[in-house]
Amino acid sequence: MRNSTKTRVKLLMNEMTSSPHPFGATRQRQDAQPEPVSAPALRAEVRNLDFWYGATHTLKSVSMAVVDCKVTAVIGASGCGKSTLLRCFNRMHDLYPGNRYAGEIQLYPEDRNLIEMDPGMVRLRIGMVFQKPNPFPKSIFENVAAGLRVRGVNGKSLLYERVEQALRGAALWDEAKDRLHDSAYGLSGGQQQRLCIARALAPQPDILLLDEPTSALDPIATAKIEDLLTVLRNTVTVVIVTHNMQQAARISDFTAYMHLGKLVEYGVTEKVFTTPQSPLTNDYITGRFG
Amino acid sequence: MANSSLANAQIESARIVAANRRTDLLMASIGILVLGIATLLLTSVFVGLLASGWDRLINPDFYTHFPSRHPQQAGIISAIVGSSLVMLVTAVIAIPLGVAAGLYLEEYAPKNWLTDLIEINVSNLAGVPSIIYGLLALGLFVYAFSLGETILTAGLTLALLILPVIIVATREAVRSIPLELREAAYGLGADKWQVVRMYVLPAARPGIFTGVIVGLARAIGEAAPLITIGALTFIAFLPPLPVQATPPFVNFDWLTSPFTVMPIQLFNWVSRPQAEFHVNAAATGVVLMVMTLAMNALAIYVRLRLRRLHR
Amino acid sequence: MPSIPSSVVDADNECLIGGASEAFLCRRAFWNRVAAWLLFTAAAASVLVTLGIVYVLIRDSIPFFEQVPLSEFLTDTQWTPVFKNARFGVMTLVSATLTVAAIALVVAIPAGLGLAIFLSEYANPKLREAVKPFLELLEGVPTVVYGFFALLFLTPMLQTVIPGLSGFNLLAPGLVMGIMILPYTASVSEDAMRSVPMGLREAGYALGFSRFRVAAQVVIPAALSGITAAFILGMSRAVGETMVVAIAAGQNPNFGFDPLEGAATITAYIVQMAMGDLPHGSIAYQSVFAAGLVLFLITLLFNLIGFYLRRRFREVY
Repeated sequence: MRNSTKTRVKLLMNEMTSSPHPFGATRQRQDAQPEPVSAPALRAEVRNLDFWYGATHTLKSVSMAVVDCKVTAVIGASGCGKSTLLRCFNRMHDLYPGNRYAGEIQLYPEDRNLIEMDPGMVRLRIGMVFQKPNPFPKSIFENVAAGLRVRGVNGKSLLYERVEQALRGAALWDEAKDRLHDSAYGLSGGQQQRLCIARALAPQPDILLLDEPTSALDPIATAKIEDLLTVLRNTVTVVIVTHNMQQAARISDFTAYMHLGKLVEYGVTEKVFTTPQSPLTNDYITGRFG
Repeated sequence: MANSSLANAQIESARIVAANRRTDLLMASIGILVLGIATLLLTSVFVGLLASGWDRLINPDFYTHFPSRHPQQAGIISAIVGSSLVMLVTAVIAIPLGVAAGLYLEEYAPKNWLTDLIEINVSNLAGVPSIIYGLLALGLFVYAFSLGETILTAGLTLALLILPVIIVATREAVRSIPLELREAAYGLGADKWQVVRMYVLPAARPGIFTGVIVGLARAIGEAAPLITIGALTFIAFLPPLPVQATPPFVNFDWLTSPFTVMPIQLFNWVSRPQAEFHVNAAATGVVLMVMTLAMNALAIYVRLRLRRLHR
Repeated sequence: MPSIPSSVVDADNECLIGGASEAFLCRRAFWNRVAAWLLFTAAAASVLVTLGIVYVLIRDSIPFFEQVPLSEFLTDTQWTPVFKNARFGVMTLVSATLTVAAIALVVAIPAGLGLAIFLSEYANPKLREAVKPFLELLEGVPTVVYGFFALLFLTPMLQTVIPGLSGFNLLAPGLVMGIMILPYTASVSEDAMRSVPMGLREAGYALGFSRFRVAAQVVIPAALSGITAAFILGMSRAVGETMVVAIAAGQNPNFGFDPLEGAATITAYIVQMAMGDLPHGSIAYQSVFAAGLVLFLITLLFNLIGFYLRRRFREVY
C-alpha cells in the first residue's frame, strides 16, 4: 500500500523541484536520508485511516500522501469529513471524549505513526490555523511568541528575531511592526488570520494545517491570504481544507477530493481538475453537486 | 338580531381586555411594591444604624480605642485588626484551594463516580449552615488539632465556609472561556498545564476575582462559626505585628494570637442590657455594612464590565 | 532535497523535538503531572470537609446518646442541659426553629413569587439587569446587622401594633429572615421561570390569555419543581441561620409554636452554649454536637430535596 502510493507520487513528482525550508538555515540534518534524492519526499502519509465520532463513522479507510514543501488541498462538500481528516493530523480530536481512530498517519523522515504518538508531541510538530481567526487576548507580539513560549523559548532577543521572521513570513510585518505591543483584537479579520498563520509558523512546524482559513473573510482579505500561501508554496509543507474549488486550483500542488468520508481521488491538482478519474469528482468540480 | 349578538361579543371582548389590563397592572404593582419594600428595608436598616451610631462614628477615638467597660471610651481597633488578619488567613487558604478545585472539576475531571461525588459534595457544602462549620472547627481545629481559639483557627474555618463560593465562581469563569481559545493553545503544542496556566487562568481571572470578593464579603460578616469556636472574648490588645525589625523580619506569632472580629464585637455589644453599648453596636454595624456592601458592589461592577466586554 | 524536520539538533548540539529541547519537555511533562495531582488533591480536599463535619458531629454525639436515650431526645418537651436534673428534648429547639422558618416562608413565598413573576414576565430586560445586582447587595448584608435590626428596631415597632409581643420573640426574626432569603428565592425561581420555553407562553397568548394568566396557568405550573426547589433551599437557609435568632429570639428553650414569645432555636442554643465556658467532654458540651447533628440532618434533607427538584427541572428543559 505504502509503496504504491510512494511510486505514484514519485511519478507525479517528476517535473517538480523543491527548495529548502525557509527557516532551515540555522539547522543541520541529523542523519542523511537513506533514500536517493530523486525519490518523492513525503512528509506524511495517511494509510487506511478510519475515524469515529462516538458511533458515527466519519472517515472510511482514507489513504493519501502529504508531499514535502508542497501545498495539498482537501476539497469536498460540507460534511464529507475533510475537516475531520485535517484535525486527525494534529490529534485535535483527542481533546474530546468518545472519539476513536484506526489506521496510520506515518510521519517522515522518522517513519512513525502519529496516531500512536503522544498528542502533545504531535502538536509540537504540526501547526494549525483555524476556520475563524482566533488570536489570544494578548498583544500581537505575544500572540506570535506564544508557540515559542510553549516550547520553553523565553530569551528576549531570540523571541524578537523569531517573531519578526514569522510576521514577515506571514506578510504582516509592515502592518504590525509599529504596534507589536497593541492588542491583537485591534487588527482586522484578515490581519488576525495572517497573525494566526504567523503564530503557527513561528515555531517552524513540520506541517502547517489550514482549516478553511478564508471562509470567515471578505474577498480582499481572502486574496491576501492566497497570495501569502503562494509565497509559502515550495518552502513549507501545507495541508489546506477548503470548500472553494477555485482556491484549491489556484494555490495547491496536490488535491484530494473527499465524498461521504471516503477519499475519492488524489493527485496533482491540474490533473484532478482537468481530467478527473472519478465521475464523483467530475460532478463536484463541474458544479453538478455540492 | 345578528347585529345585537355582534355588539354583545364586542362588549364582551372589551370587558375581557379591560380585566386583563387590570390584572396585569396589579401584578406589575405587586412586583414594584416588593422591590420598594426591600429597598425601604435596606435603607431603613442602614439609616437606622447610622442615626443611632452617629455619635460614635464621627468620633475618631472609636476607630483607635480598644473595647472597654465604659461605652463612651470603647472602640473597635482590635476588631478591625482582627477582621483584617482573619481575612488574610482566609484568603491565603481559600483562594488557592478553591481555584484549584474549580479548575480540576472544569478542566481535568474525567466523567466517573468520583467526579460526581465531588460535585454533589461541593453543592451540598454550599448549603451547610455556617454554624456547622463552627462545630467542625470546635471539634477538629480547637480540640483535635489543639490550634486553640486563634486567628489561624478562625481563618481556616472561614476559608472552608467560603470554599464552595470560590469553587463555583471559578467553574463558571472557566466554563465561559470560548472553545477557540483552548483549541488555539492546544494547536500550538501546549500541554494541559500550559493551556491552563498561560491561557485559561488569565482569561478566567476577572470571574474568579468576583467570586473571591463575594466570598470574602460573606466571611467578613460571619459571626456564628467564630462564636462557636469560643472567640467571644474581651480583647484589649493587638496581636503581635507580622513584621519585625530583626531578621527574619516576618513572624507568625500573630497566627496563634487570640482575636475578636467586627461581627463578634457587634454581637457582644448588642447583647448587653445597657443602651449605651447599643450605640457602639450600631456604629460597628455601619462600618461592617459599608465594607460588605462596598465589596459586593465592586464584585457586581467587575461582573457587569466583564459582561459588556464579552458582548 | 526535503526540508529539514524540526526534530534535529540546534546550534548548542541539543536535541530538539518540534522546536523544544528535550530537557524542557521533560520538565514540562513533570509539572504537567504535578499540577494535575495538586488540582485533584484540592478538589478531593473538599470531600474531606464534609467527612470532617460528619465525623465531628457523630463522634461527639455518640457519648451523648449513650446517656440520653433517643426516644427521650425526640419526645421530651423540656430542654434543660445545665440543670441538675438535665433534660434533653430536642423538639423544644426544633419547634422554635421551624416556627421562625415558617414565618420566614410566609413572607418569602408571596413576596418572592411576586417578585419573580414580575421580573420574569413583566419587567423589561433593562430593569431586570438593574434589579438583580440590587438583590445581590441585599443578600450581602451581614446577618448580625439584620439581628440588630430585628431586636432594636423591628420588635419595638411591632410592639406598638401587637401589645402582647415580648422583647424577645419569634415574629420579628422570622419576618427579617423572610426578607433575608427573599433575594435568593426570588432569583432562583426567576431563573426557573425564565427557562420555560417561549413556545409554551406563545401557546397561551395565542389563546388570548392575559400576561397574568400566562404566568399563573402556563409558566408557574411548568416551572413548579424549580420554584419549589427555590423555596425549599430558602427554608434550609432559614433553618440554619444563626445570628438573627441568637440576637432577637431569646435563649429560653420553650416548646411551642407561639410567634409572640421568645424561644431558643437550635442555632441560638449552640451560640449560647459556645459563649459560656463549656467544659470539654461534659454532657452540655456533647449536647451542642447532638443539636448540631439534628440541624445538619434537617438542612441536609431540605438541600437534597431541593437539589433533586432542581436537577429534575433542568432535565425537563
